[in-house]
Amino acid sequence: MNIKLIKYGVMEFAELIKTPRVDGVVLHRPFLPTVEGTLCLTGHHLILSSRQDNTEELWLLHSNIDSIEKRFVGSLGSIIVKCKDLRVIQLDIPGMEECLNISSSVEALSTLDSVSLMYPFFYRPMFEVIEDGWNSFLPEEVFKDLESMTDEWRLSEVNKDFSVCPSYPPLVAVPKDVDDDTLRKVASFRHSGRFPVLSYYHKKNGMVMMRAGQPLTGTNGRRCKEDEKLINATLRPGKRGYIIDTRTINVAQQAKARGGGFESEANYPQWRRIHKTIERANVLQEGLIKLVEACNDQSHSMDRWLSKLEASNWQTHVKEILTTACLAAQCIDREGASVLVHGTEGTDSTLQVTSLAQIILDPACRTIRGFQGLVEREWLQAGHPFQQRCAQSAFSNNKSRQEAPVFLLFLDCVWQILRQFPCSFEFSESFLVLLFEHAYASQFGTFLGNGAAGRAKLSLPEKTVSLWSWVNRPQELERLTNPLYEANSLVIWPSVAPQSLLLWEGVFLRWNRSSKCLDEAYEEMVHIIEYNKELQNKVNSLRRQLAQLETEDPLLQTP
Amino acid sequence: MEHIRLPKVENVKLVDRVSPRRSRVGTLYLTATHSIFVESEAGVRNETWVLHSLVCSVEKQAAAASGCSLLIHCKNFQVLHFVIPRERECHDVHLSLQRLSQPESYVELYCFSYKPNVGEVERRQEWDLLDLKADYSRMGVPNSLWKLSPINRHYKVSDTYPADLFVPESAAPPVIVGSSKFRSRGRFPTLSYYSKDNHAAICRSSQPLSGFSARCLEDEQMLEAILRSNPRSDFMYVVDTRPKLNAIANRAAGKGYENEDNYSNIKFQFIGIENIHVMRNSQQKMLEVCELRSPSMSDFLEGLESSGWLKHIKAVLDAGIFIAKAVAEEAVSVLVHCSDGWDRTAQVCSVACVLLDPYYRTLRGLMVLIERDWVSFGHKFSHRCNHLVGDPKEVSPIIDQFLECVWQLMEQFPCAFEFNERFLIAIHGHIYSCLYGNFIGNNQRERIELGVRERTHSLWSYLWMNRADFINPLYRPDHSQTQGLLRPSTAPYCFKFWRGLYNHFDRGMHPRQSVEDYLQAIQEETQQLHDQLASHKQKIGKLEQEQVWRVTQKTTTLDKSPTAWALGNDLTVANTPQDYTGDFISSSPCQPKAPESSLILLPHDLNQKSEANLSNGSDQESGIADLSCRSPLSEDSTRDPDSDEAAYSAA
Repeated sequence: MNIKLIKYGVMEFAELIKTPRVDGVVLHRPFLPTVEGTLCLTGHHLILSSRQDNTEELWLLHSNIDSIEKRFVGSLGSIIVKCKDLRVIQLDIPGMEECLNISSSVEALSTLDSVSLMYPFFYRPMFEVIEDGWNSFLPEEVFKDLESMTDEWRLSEVNKDFSVCPSYPPLVAVPKDVDDDTLRKVASFRHSGRFPVLSYYHKKNGMVMMRAGQPLTGTNGRRCKEDEKLINATLRPGKRGYIIDTRTINVAQQAKARGGGFESEANYPQWRRIHKTIERANVLQEGLIKLVEACNDQSHSMDRWLSKLEASNWQTHVKEILTTACLAAQCIDREGASVLVHGTEGTDSTLQVTSLAQIILDPACRTIRGFQGLVEREWLQAGHPFQQRCAQSAFSNNKSRQEAPVFLLFLDCVWQILRQFPCSFEFSESFLVLLFEHAYASQFGTFLGNGAAGRAKLSLPEKTVSLWSWVNRPQELERLTNPLYEANSLVIWPSVAPQSLLLWEGVFLRWNRSSKCLDEAYEEMVHIIEYNKELQNKVNSLRRQLAQLETEDPLLQTP
Repeated sequence: MEHIRLPKVENVKLVDRVSPRRSRVGTLYLTATHSIFVESEAGVRNETWVLHSLVCSVEKQAAAASGCSLLIHCKNFQVLHFVIPRERECHDVHLSLQRLSQPESYVELYCFSYKPNVGEVERRQEWDLLDLKADYSRMGVPNSLWKLSPINRHYKVSDTYPADLFVPESAAPPVIVGSSKFRSRGRFPTLSYYSKDNHAAICRSSQPLSGFSARCLEDEQMLEAILRSNPRSDFMYVVDTRPKLNAIANRAAGKGYENEDNYSNIKFQFIGIENIHVMRNSQQKMLEVCELRSPSMSDFLEGLESSGWLKHIKAVLDAGIFIAKAVAEEAVSVLVHCSDGWDRTAQVCSVACVLLDPYYRTLRGLMVLIERDWVSFGHKFSHRCNHLVGDPKEVSPIIDQFLECVWQLMEQFPCAFEFNERFLIAIHGHIYSCLYGNFIGNNQRERIELGVRERTHSLWSYLWMNRADFINPLYRPDHSQTQGLLRPSTAPYCFKFWRGLYNHFDRGMHPRQSVEDYLQAIQEETQQLHDQLASHKQKIGKLEQEQVWRVTQKTTTLDKSPTAWALGNDLTVANTPQDYTGDFISSSPCQPKAPESSLILLPHDLNQKSEANLSNGSDQESGIADLSCRSPLSEDSTRDPDSDEAAYSAA
């Protein structure tokens, strides 16, 4: 079966590759010397190897290519490849025909429609898998942790065939007293069937955070007793909860006309609703395009840079998302109240808020493994449509409305908190950058598909390798570990003042400026810490030696 | 004391600008040197000290029901908002502070009455810490090309220049005097920096009095002499740091710039840095942005852009890079001037030196550089920093811009500087504080007349004594970044807003954990480990010897000092939530009443390491670490009377 697929795939690709190999191609990359070599196209990669020692200078996944432009000067053609990780490279290809062929092949190969033709289905790991990442974060395992803290929740199988909510996983945590029939009724009252489920349990005070899709109240104020019952079941007697609607009140009002809406005070008297202003997907995508354009502006004018940065609104989005997450965390930790978060579908801004609130509240989410678990729970299993959202990045001219840097914004917000609490995260910035890259283009299957049902159909665990299998190996973990980490069991409240929020240089300026000096500073920091550890070990071993000498010395043992 | 109309006011409220609910009530005292606010809550000893000489403006607002507001802006960018119950009292405090913060004569300045616990001998030694002559000989002058000229010994040629000046060996006194007569304020071309490696030099002067056609043979000879002092070069740059239009306008007043036709082998270049008035307004606009209450991202970025501040910083750095490259890469000498040659010229020459010479990136080197290019060459500190009541049009943050250029470079080259951000902020604070005599007056002649060396203390010595606080843990003298010319990027996105200085006192905006402090602590521990290692080795050696020789002698008791060493609390610091909601939070019950001590700002007691506390260090004492450990149902969230829910639905 697999072999068949590969054969089919290879044939398919062969038709697309008109010129598999061109000599004398010159590669230009920012801050690296130009390289001349042979360009090869394979089904999934664009490879350039230099003539001298046949080392690969460039090994680029087609799926990483966001856009491709051709330029001709006489018979010398150039293609400018803009990648989803925001890198821009130029290949000078001798011969007009070769250049045209390469360019059209790359264009076709980088925009394959069929998921099953994606590289993860062909990739075989060249490393030893110590732990299969597909089994690392199973809902039933996660639920065991919850069970050790509270008995108020149960794991429901109501969605085991994805019939109630296609974007939810087969197992979801719901209040113990709410039966599956009720859940089905609630699902019919919530956008895309996304009934309220448990997102986070705050051990310190037993408060919870739930997430859902918007309630389908419509213009005539439909209500659903079961929905009210479900969320009220999470409240302690006499206590109130907060509903955080990520949309402005106006947007939420307008949603009524399309059958959506929000929880009215009359029907949910025990809940206070707060509206925030997290923008919708297409606005975010526009912001990313503008920001990247600003970063690549060559004009060297300060006014121009600042005004473009401002006009992109990227930092505004970061501020809004972080502020909303902080609010949710504040309600839980400081107000001692339970929280329900939703926007429209509950698959984008909702997940940004619930996952960031957990970073703030829960020290476990600030470890490498804990963060993987968070991404797995709150993004992959929670039904964020990665494939749609990450189909294109900042350079594409495609006018599809599905793309949006929702996950990238989440990572940016995490980076902001990391910058403010540099010793409280077990992982370093490079882990966040890695997740950004793999969400957009990867040899691993982790970010493929849209929603739980869609992902299940792809049989990812059987046919692809999990990113976590690769990450959770000692050598990789070491690379991603923050040398400054000291477990901090406290809630960490970030500042959301504009002065405190910085541009994420590690992603947006990564290819625009040399990072040599900053890398050296990082190495120096690691060196200082390593040297300290080394000395500590030496002192300890000498101390043991000393103690031993003393016990061996018969004269010292005599009282 | 005659200026103090009211020494003490009770029931004064100190309003927290970021979250008004954190405001505190206490007593305000006015002393001869400080305003002191003492919080009156029982069990809290919380004081805020503000040095009068740091007060930039005092603004009384219209009386309201709650009292009368007094807004105090400080030169170190601290902003204090007091609410005083009675208007009469507010009026008195206002008038007192206005007078106290605007001394009319130098003798009123704090440095002349400031008496830390230091003996007279030590005080005299403070002033010997830095020796400019030693710096010149470090550069390699005097030599066969440059000589020390006694011509300005008595400040006769230029009363704003220092007494000791280096000029080309071939420049005879008549040439110098002639040239000085052709330059504004007699500031003739003289040596600022000399590169031993390739003989290229940075010289500085004021503008020539060329008008539309005037020439001066001696001035032309002077430039010729500078060119000849760089034997391997056949031309030199003359850099006018003003925008061309400004320079042209000066010609109408009989001033102007060098005509390339009259000087042999010069390449003339304009580098448009704006004048002191533009810079003053620009910083003012930026500070208004910094002070906005809960601004949106757009408010902030738009304000930052329209202030033009970063554009000006970039212009200064660009000019410095031009000169540094000319010297290091082309081995060509440069003459730099603006109008008077004490503002933009000082900025550009000193930035170029920081880029060129690793020495100026050390603690001592930066102090020497400021002492030479700014203090000795007559940057008008007292005018620019408004030390005395005077012409507000003379005030301008020229030195701030230099310090910020250094900071921007530190951001790009984290291993290249021996000092840290705290060092720059400490220098900045004391340039304005008048606690030390270093920056009093406008030139060397004035300082001699004032007797600052005889009557005041030196900042450099204070900084040097406390240098442990100012060391950058990432610095290594043998690091590759430390060597040679720095080549910074000047792409606009490489320039950042300097939160550490301009929002220094808005503690909540700063990172809650400092990598630098962490590394500093690690390094201290490493040092201790070194000591332990040595002592263990010694003991083991001794024991082994004893065992070999079976010496029947008891060893000394074991060193029981713990190696298990814990990092300070500040590294696991927690904090409190800030205003995430606008309206919602202002009536939210969850704002903790954190005792905050970090507002105490200016070193009122120098024996304490107050500078270290100028920055994030002081967080530890504020007790906020406990707060976030409190259970969410602790008193502060339940007993608050304002915990109305109406605000939520309104939100």
